[in-house]
Amino acid sequence: MVYSLKKQVAINIHKKLFLIRKTEEKISQEYSFKEMRCPVHLSIGQEGVPAVLSVLLNKNDLAVSTHRGHAHYIGKNGNLKKMIAEIYGKKTGCSKGKGGSMHLVDKASGFYGTSAIVGNSIPVGVGLSYNFLNKKQKNLSVIYLGDGALEEGVFYESLNLSAVKNLPCLFICENNLYSVYSPLSVRQPKKRNIKKMIESIGVKSLHTDGNDIKKIFSAGKKAINFIKKKNKPFFLLFDNYRWLEHCGPNYDNHIGYRSKKEYIKWKKKDPLLNSYKLLKSLKVNNNVISNMEQKVINEINSAFKFAKDSKFPDKSDLMKDVLK
Amino acid sequence: MVSIINNTISRAMTDSKKVICFGLGVTDPKGVFGTTLNLEKKFGKDRVFDVPASENALTGFAIGSSLNAKIPILTHQRLDFALLSVDQLINGAAKWLYMFGGQFNIPITIRMIIGRGWGQGPTHSQNLHSVFSHIPGLKVVTTSMPDDTADLLYSSIFDPNPVIFLEHRWLHNSLGNFPKKLKKNVIGKCKILNKGKDITLIGLSYMTIECLEAAKLLKSFNINAEVVDIRTISPLDKKTIIKSVSKTKRAIITDTSNSFCGISSTISNIIYQNINNLKNKLEIISLPFCPEPTSLKLVESFYNDRYTIANRVLKMFNIKKTILLKKSSKPDVPGDWFEGPF
Repeated sequence: MVYSLKKQVAINIHKKLFLIRKTEEKISQEYSFKEMRCPVHLSIGQEGVPAVLSVLLNKNDLAVSTHRGHAHYIGKNGNLKKMIAEIYGKKTGCSKGKGGSMHLVDKASGFYGTSAIVGNSIPVGVGLSYNFLNKKQKNLSVIYLGDGALEEGVFYESLNLSAVKNLPCLFICENNLYSVYSPLSVRQPKKRNIKKMIESIGVKSLHTDGNDIKKIFSAGKKAINFIKKKNKPFFLLFDNYRWLEHCGPNYDNHIGYRSKKEYIKWKKKDPLLNSYKLLKSLKVNNNVISNMEQKVINEINSAFKFAKDSKFPDKSDLMKDVLK
Repeated sequence: MVSIINNTISRAMTDSKKVICFGLGVTDPKGVFGTTLNLEKKFGKDRVFDVPASENALTGFAIGSSLNAKIPILTHQRLDFALLSVDQLINGAAKWLYMFGGQFNIPITIRMIIGRGWGQGPTHSQNLHSVFSHIPGLKVVTTSMPDDTADLLYSSIFDPNPVIFLEHRWLHNSLGNFPKKLKKNVIGKCKILNKGKDITLIGLSYMTIECLEAAKLLKSFNINAEVVDIRTISPLDKKTIIKSVSKTKRAIITDTSNSFCGISSTISNIIYQNINNLKNKLEIISLPFCPEPTSLKLVESFYNDRYTIANRVLKMFNIKKTILLKKSSKPDVPGDWFEGPF
């Protein structure tokens, strides 16, 4: 069964996708001013999945993510001003300047943190779901991870734990083919079928294109329905591509770890372009789109202004919150 | 102590429905040396459960569940097993409060049991309290006296921070009373177990017992030793230590581990920084800087006991006699009750 997308849902997805893309582009542009003094792992090219998830999850569903977490934070309706302020190291940041780009959180919207250690947030996400067990209201815990995490022991421990305890966990793996600069070919056997491997552990799985809005939507909907109906975990595997360097604001196709040909092949699958095509096929008025996009640009600009105008943490904040 | 631990967990689970208890072997017929026996029957399988052998994921699971309305108690039958979870402990539990700007606290308790003797050897007997105490954001609690165990464990369970609760296997069969009312606020306080004016013997975990026995031996030499039980290694109650040594002006710091980069060296530094009229230089009695060997013969020269402590005190007081070591025929067991295997 394929779930179809209604017009308004597609518009909402587009708005999120555009917000993520333009936020990341703005970070990339502003980074050279050296005011954002922390590593940034941008999600340009990987906006599709979190944008679609934004319309499939509700506020009480919880989520955790990785070092490349801006898109997931925004996708879970994390506060944009607070995220940008955090990257600028300001007191008004979502982690009060203690965490930076790799430690994003928005408790109110159910975004429960990101980690700079590959695989680190996965078991935390499994733990978050434990309170949802045997509850009338069905909620789930979303665990974003990348292909690199599939090489960490804790991933298998966590997946196994979720399977044996039948926990409402949605694992979402965005496979962007690279762990820093190391290609999948040096990290995993050539003929591995990740979906089959996951299913052999006892967790149901779907594999689809992470750039195609309709496919992401349909897969996401199936997974969430499965979790809520069967009270079991689900693993979604998406094919994605990271347009920029692993860490930082630039393109890095010149350094030689991947070919230009490969890059162009993936760029043609651009999830933003895909979203425009979808809106066109649903006959969404161009004015509706451009008005919405202008609002998004204004929102981003005001978030950056908020961040720049905000104060740095006080010296006295250094020793705060070591222990409660 | 085993039944006191069992009763304390049971009380905590009765007092708060949020408390959950899990770990490898928690519901098996032996129930983690008896400390978790019958809990599943009392509180059900959703609150007390056995788990996969996945120490790292389970620590992350504990963190996550504590972020969403649970108060977890995770048990490791050996501290050494918990080393598989160092990422979740140090990068996760210890940091969550700080790196997210104080929004999330992690109220988890991780019980770790420390083995000794009967060939436990290099990876079943490590005392790593100092390693954990090096990490800001973790509390490290160790219990010595059965009478104190209930309050210390109850306080750990309801502490809003991640607490590593260290149990020495040799203390499990010690006898004591289970208090009627349990306290939630004893973390961060040393306890003076024996008042004395001549020397302060500082102990933690099993070594506190040896300090108390040494104090008894020293009585016949008219030496009144004060015994301070550290109880909480982090945060450390410096005040009580300084107060006691200011009075006695002599101290021996005993440790269940070696002293290199360890708590005994830290306490020594604290005393030297704060007290400048010591009558003797400070002494540290700790383990050699090597792993615990397995062979009975090697273990004999690895550990210190009451006689090591008492003889060191006599030397400090320039008393030429030594207390004769009463050689045990079984130097690698805490008493006749222990016949292995772990």
